[in-house]
This record gives sequence, C-alpha cells and structure tokens, in this order.
Amino acid sequence: MKVTLTVNGKQVSRDVEPRTLLVHFIREDLSLTGTNVGCDTSSCGACTILMGGESVKSCTVLAVQADGAEITTIEGMASADGTMNAVQRAFQENHGLQCGYCTPGMVMASYSLIKENSNLDEAAVREGLEGNLCRCTGYHNIVKAVLAAASEMGA
Amino acid sequence: MTTVQDAVPGVIGTRVLRREDPELLTGEGRFTDDLKIPAALWLGVVRSPFGRAKILSIDTSAAKAAPGVVAVYTATDLQSEWAGPIPSAWQVTPDMKSPAHYPLASGSANYVGDPVAVVVANSPKEAADAVGMVDVEYEQLPAVVDLEDALSDRVVIHSELGTNVSYVWELNPNPDGIKTAFDNAAYVVKERYIQQRLIPAAMEPRSVAVVPSPMGGDYTVYSATQIPHILKVMLGLTVGISESKIRVIAPAVGGGFGSKLDVYPEELLCLALARKHRLPVRWTEERSENSQATIQGRGQVQWIELAADANGKLTGVRADIIADMGGYQQLITAGVPLLGAFLYHGVYDTPAYAFKCTGVYTNKTPTDAYRGAGRPEATYAIERAMDALAVKVGVDTVEIRRRNFIPTESFPYNSPAGLVFDSGDYAANFTQGLNFAGYDALRKKQAEMRASGSKKHLGIGISFFVEMCGLAPSRVLASLNYSAGGWESATVRILPTCKVQVVTGTAPHGQGHETSWAMIAADKLGISPDDVEVLHSDTAISPFGLDTYGSRSLSVGGTAVYIATERVLDKARKIAAHLLEASEEDLDYAGGNFSVKGSPEKVLPLAAVAFESFTAHNLPDGMEPNLEASTSWDPPNFTFPYGTHIAVVEVDEDTGKVDLVRYVAVDDCGNRINPLIVEGQVHGGLAQGIGQALFEEAVYDETGNLLTATLADYLVPSAAELPSFELDHTVTPSPTNPLGVKGIGEAGAIASPPAVMNAIVDALSHFGKINIDMPASPEKVWKAIQATKA
Repeated sequence: MKVTLTVNGKQVSRDVEPRTLLVHFIREDLSLTGTNVGCDTSSCGACTILMGGESVKSCTVLAVQADGAEITTIEGMASADGTMNAVQRAFQENHGLQCGYCTPGMVMASYSLIKENSNLDEAAVREGLEGNLCRCTGYHNIVKAVLAAASEMGA
Repeated sequence: MTTVQDAVPGVIGTRVLRREDPELLTGEGRFTDDLKIPAALWLGVVRSPFGRAKILSIDTSAAKAAPGVVAVYTATDLQSEWAGPIPSAWQVTPDMKSPAHYPLASGSANYVGDPVAVVVANSPKEAADAVGMVDVEYEQLPAVVDLEDALSDRVVIHSELGTNVSYVWELNPNPDGIKTAFDNAAYVVKERYIQQRLIPAAMEPRSVAVVPSPMGGDYTVYSATQIPHILKVMLGLTVGISESKIRVIAPAVGGGFGSKLDVYPEELLCLALARKHRLPVRWTEERSENSQATIQGRGQVQWIELAADANGKLTGVRADIIADMGGYQQLITAGVPLLGAFLYHGVYDTPAYAFKCTGVYTNKTPTDAYRGAGRPEATYAIERAMDALAVKVGVDTVEIRRRNFIPTESFPYNSPAGLVFDSGDYAANFTQGLNFAGYDALRKKQAEMRASGSKKHLGIGISFFVEMCGLAPSRVLASLNYSAGGWESATVRILPTCKVQVVTGTAPHGQGHETSWAMIAADKLGISPDDVEVLHSDTAISPFGLDTYGSRSLSVGGTAVYIATERVLDKARKIAAHLLEASEEDLDYAGGNFSVKGSPEKVLPLAAVAFESFTAHNLPDGMEPNLEASTSWDPPNFTFPYGTHIAVVEVDEDTGKVDLVRYVAVDDCGNRINPLIVEGQVHGGLAQGIGQALFEEAVYDETGNLLTATLADYLVPSAAELPSFELDHTVTPSPTNPLGVKGIGEAGAIASPPAVMNAIVDALSHFGKINIDMPASPEKVWKAIQATKA
C-alpha cells in the first residue's frame, strides 16, 4: 500500500506492507534511526514521536494509519543549523541522559508534555512521563530537565 | 616570539557537561541495530517454550520453503562450526560441574528461551515469520525451579552431572573463632532472606552484526556489548577463528548493567554463519527474548547468622547461601555470588567470619552479573540482619551500627574475610547522613503519627554499605580462579597540533567515559578538555582492554589514563629541558607551559614541544620522535566505596501499599572527577535497587515458564513510582590509586534494597515481627501485617 506523509517538514511517499508499524517505517524505510524500539508491548516509549503535534508511541500505529499525517521525529527537533531545542539542551545541562537509548522518546514525550500543560510541577512531570521508561537515570535529572525546559519555553 | 598558552584551571571535580550527549539527543547516535549493512542476512532464533524438555525432532522443511529464507539450522547442522563451547570463564572450584553448553541446544532444552534452531533470512520480518514455521517436537519434562528443591536432587536437570549442585565454595578462615562466637553469644540472630531473580532490562535490547571482509578471512563484529575485548578473545576461541582476524566494535550501547557482560549464543551464531555464508549476518533481540535469553541477576536463598555479646557487639558472622545458576553457566555465572563472599559482615568489625555458597542449576535463564553482582546480596543480608539484631538487643538501629562500625583508626582494615579495606570514616559519614536526613525529626514524626492512630505508618530504614570494586588486582583474581586479569590499558598521544588522543580499554555504555577521561588527561596537562578526544570500544583502535563492569572503569581505567598522561608529560619535559637548555629538575609545568624556575621569561608551551616532537628536528640525542605513552595498570587492591542510605516510607495498613516518600544517600566514592556524572550514577543505581525492593521479580511457574517476559508484566519503575533523591557525600580518598577514586556505578543498587525493606519493617514494627521478602508488593505487605495479627 502507498502511504504519503510529512516527516520533519518533508513530504515522503513509500509502498509498505499493510502490517508495517510506523516505527519500522520510520527506521527502515526512511532511515531515521533516532527513533528506537525498546519493547514489543508499547510499554517503554522509546519510539515516541509527534504525530499531528501530539506524542504517540510509533509502535502502536500502523504506517498506513499515518497516511496524510504530519510527524516529527527526534531528527526534526534541532534547528537546521544543528542547534538543539530547549528540551534537548535542558537534557544535556541537567544530565538527563546516560546511555541515550530512551532519550529520543523521552525528549519527544517531554516536548509534548510541556506544550500541552502550563504550570507543570514535579508531580505532573512524573505522571506525564509514566509511559516512558529509562533504566539509567532514575528519572531524577530527567524531571529536572523537563522542569527547566518548561520554564524556558514559558509553560 | 613564543605564544604562552592561557592557563586552564583544574577541571577535576567540576561539573563538565557530557560531550556524549548532543548526538544521542538529536538521533545521530548509532546503536548496533541502527547500522545500515547492505546484503545482510538476518537471524531468527527458535527457542524452547518449555523449562525442561527433550527435543524429539525438528522439522525445518516448511521454514526452509518460506519466502526469503536462506537456511535453517539445528544443533546437528552446526556441530562442526564450534571449536569450543560457550565460554564459562570462572571455574570457582576445581570440581565445579558444568553441563555442555553450545549455541543451539541438542537433546534437551533447559530453560524457556533456550535456542534450539536458527533461521537465516533476507529480512528480519521473514526470519521472524519462518521461526514460527519450524516444527519442534518436544517431550516436556518435570522442571526444577525452586532452589531448595534443586538442592534436593529430586529431579536432576543434567543427568551427566549426577546432581544439580554445580559447586560448593567455602570461606572459613577461623573455624574455632566462629564456634566460640556462637557458643558464647549473648544474642544470636538467624535470618533467612530471598534474593529474587531480576531482569536487567537495559533499554537497548542486544544486537549483533558480523560483517566479513569482501575477500574473506577477516570479520568485523558489531555488538551491543560491555566487553568488546573479552568478546574478541572468546569469539576467536569458540568459533575457531584467529583472534587477529576479528575486530569487535561496540557502537553506542544502550545500557548494560552486567547483562551485556557476556558471550551469547547469538554472537557466536552470527560469526559462524557469516563465515559459512560469506555474507554479513545480524540479529536484534526482541524484548520478550531479552527477558528469556539475556542473563538475569540475583537469585539466592540466604541464611545469615549473627553472634553478639551482651552489648550488641558482633563476635561472629556466618552466611550460607544457595545461588541460582539457571540452566547453564554463562561467562561468570558461578563467580557472581562470590563477589559478595567477603562482605557479609558489611561495615562492621567482627573477629570471626564464615561464608558458604552452593551453586545450583535450575530450569531458568542463566544468571550472571547484574549491577552490584554479589555485593547487593551481601549488603542486603547484613543490613537487614543488623536491624533484627537491634530489635533483639533492644537498641535503636542507629545505635547498633555505631557500636559495631569498623573504627576509623583501623584503616587500612584487615577484614576477617581476608580483604584489606583501603580507607574509610564510617562513623563520620553516618553522622552526616543522619543529620542530612533529619533522623531525629523523622523519629519524632513517626511517634506522632503512631500516637494519632493513623492507618498510614511512617518507616525509616537505614542501610550502611561497603562494596569492593575496582576489579581487580590480577593476582587476587588468580586466587579466585578467574580466567582473566584485572588490569586496564591506556594510551595518550599528543598530536602535532597539541590535540590529545586518549585511547582506553574501558567500554562505556552510558557512563560518560569520554567526558571523564578527557577531564583526567586535560587536568594533568593543564589544557582544555575540549582539546582531548577519547577513543574506545573498537579493538582495532584499542587493542588491549578489559572493558567495563564492576565499577572498575574509573579506578582502574581512569588511573591508566592518568599514568599514561604522566608518562607523556615526562617525555615532553625532557624535550622542553633540551629546548630551554635547562635541566629537567629546574622546570615547572603549569597551565600547559614549561618554564624555568627563577627565569619566568624562559617559557615553552606544550604545543611547541608537541610540534618539535613531530618534526624531530631538534630532539635530545637518542630520543624517539612523537609524544605517546601507554600503560597497562594493575591495581594493587580493590577500592571500597561506602555510604549511608536512608529510606522513608509510608505504608498503608489497609492496602499494604508502600509509598517511598524520601530517599537520602550520602556516598563516599573517594575523590569525584565529575560530580554531575557521579550523582547520575547514584540516581540510576537507586532506581534499580528500589525497583528490586518494591517492584521487580522474574516470576516463574512450576514448569519453568517465565510469567514476566514483557515490560507490561515486569515492573521496571517509571518516573511516577520514584521520588527525587536527596544526595550528599563525604570524601575519603582511596590510597589504592593516584586519583584517590573508588567507583560509584553500583553503589545505589547495592545500598538501597535493604534501606527500603528496613523502612517497611520499621514502619510496621509496632505490629510485631514483620517477615517479608522483596519485592514488597502491596499483597505481600498486607499479608505480613495480617500474619502479625494471627
């Protein structure tokens, strides 16, 4: 089946098997390997992307369901000259990542959490990131990073 | 005119942001599965669905006929590919029993996930589809799951061994002392604890890709591994390929925690099949495979006995444990429990000590190192038992510890188990920890809550840990019968333009070695860390190394970097002396500049020496060009980090739910190179240890079926389950290495399980004696409360 969608601002069109998950389409057909696969039960959130501006786990969506959609992956978060956005910067400044495998999903989920909520506090960040697992950081510095980014983004 | 370099203030001890981060934050980082490898074949592994079964027949015909399938192999088909079995590097006793273990099981399967056949296909989807078409006929056999049942030999898993007992390892240096201690004790505590099995669950599943050179003969192995160097040696020996023909690269590696400290069937299969098919062969694990077929951690039944005099002062400590090997030995399975063998008396002075470990096979995934490896188990047993002793003696948990700490003046401390603890001031760290947590105020609040009749019960749990890390003096490893050494290598090169290359034999997978190692070299050279690049995790670039595990990287590998930098600087000093026409002894070096004492105008920057060493136009007679030095550093002793951890919980009497409301950790890891990274390591370890205490368990049914094979069933804590952590620290430099560092990677995972469990027991202490094992689920806590009412 043919799907056409906008990925990180560029329109792409591909033929896909109907069973293809969006995450596999992103990684294999589009070679955007920043989006990671960490589980097979939609538990870990490593594959989180933005679809129509909202965060979704791209392993829960078929590529064909994304036909016509506008999606952003981690590769589309920094500006064209490579400058990281406020969330990415906050993760580095607060040591919010170690091995970096959950990080793309965590950044996407955090970005959407900040955009969707004003007045985030620690409890809201912890609840909001419940669907994204990290095994390295204990979340302490991720929470700090998200609060710092939220404050910078005026949320 | 000479340009003098601006002085750079020391960088050690500062919070330098990680250079690793930008590529990981932008999706540029490349993990093994991200690599684009043209024409690669993909493996799909057919795994046993039974804990124990006879393999009666395997019909591969349907799978072979499936679209995209290139080949399907069983153990018989690949028998000639192996020069040796899957390596087990730790024969802990001369008579240790190990079953034959090859990448594909033949005859019988011994855990759910045991590989029995392998599909080779053109794509991962086609491989996965064909796995389901391999028809294996099994005869399911009774399985052994429980450790005490294993010990009974009611069912013997590997009949050729005649028993499920792999080994019995004993340490009893003072049997008379032990006997006297227990015969004459005023108080004896005897406790039984369970260390449940844990799934390491690194977020990146394992992945391997083997690329043969186009003309044949050489192989590049990309693997999500913690141990590229050890893996290279083992691959060569096992697959029968000269080590010189194998290059192992660990690209970005997404966490390990010990689970990638191993040599796995899939790595051996990819290499052997790349040789057979003369094409790249690769495989990436699914999460459910990771749960079943990547090693698990812990898995012990622990008996610990304390003897104490009338003042509650320890006179003897005796531990007797059964350790779960799983279905087979993996790389260091047998040795993991023994990494705790010397530490069951913890931070407490005792004249007599004995330890015994019995390793048994079960029909479960093999165990091996998981964050802390042996030391969390030891710490848990002694720290919970000390609380039990406090109850028996009738003193506060703080007081029982104070009476028993190894005195500060006795360092270096000759432990009753035969170790030499390098340095410590336990009493001071403890006081700081209690003050930081506000211990007295917490006790007051607890009393108030109890007086109010609240159904929420506040508990304060203390754990004071010590670990031995910095693995390890090679001669000590020899005495433990471990097959490798414990040194680490480093090379430091100052390039013609004064940019510095550090090559390390450590293999980071999230710990930030690039940042920290650059800081160590830059600090010594008085230059900016930005001018130092760190190369690692590629055996062609870093030929010697013993990789990353056991909190060894900084204290052993970082020290090697320090020493190699010192050696390079010594050579630079000789060249500078020659160029400045001064004697070496008359030179000062600071901020990247050599200068002549008493003649401040005679200055030569390191950059000028670097360029001179490259052109070699004017070097001292007989001196070789270039600034480069290497070292392989073997530590003289382990290092012994320690610290006070305090957990505060609220337990709901009606539901059994435990809320961890505060967690305080005051660690002493010696000197801290980068406090930002140190704190991050503590946070991560705490989350894993708290996960063990409250949530995580690899649950098997009586047939050996793993019931928690997905992240929906196995409860890795999320942000919502954890509090922010309150950290402080003390600094007792280690005399073991010139950096004075100890190690911090495992501390949180070692200290936190007993802190949390002691807090739960403390919260409910007014109900009576609480018997509870990890994980303290609401159901278990509720039942423990009911048991006191029965």
